[in-house]
Amino acid sequence: MSNEISPSVPQNKPQHPAVQIDGVGKSFSGTVALEPVWLKIRQGEFLTLLGPSGCGKTTLLNLIAGFLEADCGELFINRDLVTQVPPHRREIGIVFQNYALFPHMNVAQNVGYGLRTRHVSKAETAERVREALELVKLEDFADRKPNQLSGGQQQRVALARALVIRPKVLLLDEPFSALDRNLRTAMQVELKEIQTRLGLTTVFVTHDQSEALSMSDRIAVMSRGQIRQIGSPTDIYDRPQNQFVSTFVGDANLFSATFMDRDETSVRLTVGTTQLQLETYQDDLPELGPVTLFVRPEQCKLTQAGEAGSIPATVALTVYQGSYAEVHLDCAAADNRVMQRVPASEAPKAGTKVGIALPSRGPAIYKLNGEVE
Amino acid sequence: MKKSLVDHLLDWSGRILLTMILGFVLLPFLVVFIASFNDSAILSFPPKNWSLRWYTNAIEYRDFGKGLVNSLKIAAIGATVAMIAGSGFAYVLNRYEFSLKSLLNSILMSPLIIPNFTIGLGLLILSTAASLPRTIWLVIGVHVIIVLPFVIRSVYVSLQNFERRFEQAAESLGAAPLRVLLTITLPLLVPGLISGALFAAILSFNEFTASLFVVNQSTQTFPVAMYNYVREYADPTLAAVSVIYVIAVAALLLVVHKFFRLEKVLNVE
Repeated sequence: MSNEISPSVPQNKPQHPAVQIDGVGKSFSGTVALEPVWLKIRQGEFLTLLGPSGCGKTTLLNLIAGFLEADCGELFINRDLVTQVPPHRREIGIVFQNYALFPHMNVAQNVGYGLRTRHVSKAETAERVREALELVKLEDFADRKPNQLSGGQQQRVALARALVIRPKVLLLDEPFSALDRNLRTAMQVELKEIQTRLGLTTVFVTHDQSEALSMSDRIAVMSRGQIRQIGSPTDIYDRPQNQFVSTFVGDANLFSATFMDRDETSVRLTVGTTQLQLETYQDDLPELGPVTLFVRPEQCKLTQAGEAGSIPATVALTVYQGSYAEVHLDCAAADNRVMQRVPASEAPKAGTKVGIALPSRGPAIYKLNGEVE
Repeated sequence: MKKSLVDHLLDWSGRILLTMILGFVLLPFLVVFIASFNDSAILSFPPKNWSLRWYTNAIEYRDFGKGLVNSLKIAAIGATVAMIAGSGFAYVLNRYEFSLKSLLNSILMSPLIIPNFTIGLGLLILSTAASLPRTIWLVIGVHVIIVLPFVIRSVYVSLQNFERRFEQAAESLGAAPLRVLLTITLPLLVPGLISGALFAAILSFNEFTASLFVVNQSTQTFPVAMYNYVREYADPTLAAVSVIYVIAVAALLLVVHKFFRLEKVLNVE
């Protein structure tokens, strides 16, 4: 949780948090959807709530928007207590997964809706709608109905509609999941540009870890109604604090290991018959004894069989992926098949005996608790 | 690929089955349609000579004209009242949780269980006891009670399928609850409301049993007028009336279809 200053925050922002969540929790008829969470979102920050479905991320978003009433805790937006404030007085912009454009209104009417509720004058409404449509490059589509637009255009309209009211916070509920792959990447870049330019505090809900890593200033990884780790994308990817985060974000190779000994900065373990000494970044180390060793594939190297310090393995198959090849390895010490990416030209044949060399820093060890999701 | 014999058999048996089902549904109308052109004054089938005189008779018979006007008035007012009341009830049932909800639900649905003649008889006794005049408003009241459950169901289904995200989007844009209702929910529910009103109007127009108890000579509905006619005469006039009736309802549905697309209105899309 270093890297506290995100580059996208303009300098003249006030210091108090844009959103402060103090112990807000929610249950639905006895089932806990969200354990009480504490979270401060900085002015202009792009914060992602990342997790599998049912992890509580959408519940938290709905609580911030005011669509749900919290069972406990308090919620502040720009230092104002809003726990009891209904959604229409929270001044929050939302883009939903299916965009929820009003089908009986054209694009300009959709975008202008939030201005009409605020009794903005006709002339100013027209001007601000035009500006908002310009921002999302849809000036020429003002008279279209939503069903005459492509998915990407609908999303831009939804974004313009949310931005035109100059919201205090922008909430994004899986806004890219309905788009095809190429369009999704383009829209991500566009959204991030607009968000940075406007210095807009944004809460983004997604289950897609690559979206989270590429767009966020900070990511809160959630599972089972709890925030499991919060930090910059680098923190989350390079220094996951628990097994859930390590396996949910990015690929991970898992080895069964025995935790032998530790000192201030390093740990000693054995994997099968291989002895390893690794530097550690972890806040909490498990007790000595059987543990799971977690390593990112790109941190491992394939070596000749029997090389000192390497873990013996056999190539099960290689999968050609164009610029690289995936090598799947059977390894006695691994919980699952180990996966490695190598340049396509260097891919070993199935059946080849190889070694897996681990880096001296980067891997983490966790007590196995069956939480791989 | 060439079709096998079995495929051909399945194909043909499917077509024959479909034709039979359609024929079965349409058979009564077909018989009546042919009989209406029978020149003979006795309802016999098949006809020997053809004529349009029963159509002339149907149009000239005064009670039919009066009954038709009454029925249209009752259907229009009754369906409107039922749609407004039914939408309100459906909205409350769909959106709010309260302790007597299931009780209210069963009371509102009870006209589905209680036979129409009981409703008619009950209101007849009640209106006599309260010495209410047997005006057209009494008939309208009976019809509202009978069609209300259908309207509630129809609007309730529309609300059930309603995308709540539209309302949430409007709320987030600063619209207070009443504004959301008027600018988002209601406009998007129009097909459901039309469907409810349409059902109500057709049911009301067809209603006979309950009406029989509460009408008098001046308020008799079209079906009651038809019933009274057939008690006195057995000629094919009623067949002619039936044909006119079916054509009129079909025309009404076509008009609705032109403006609202029937698939959407009837929730069968």
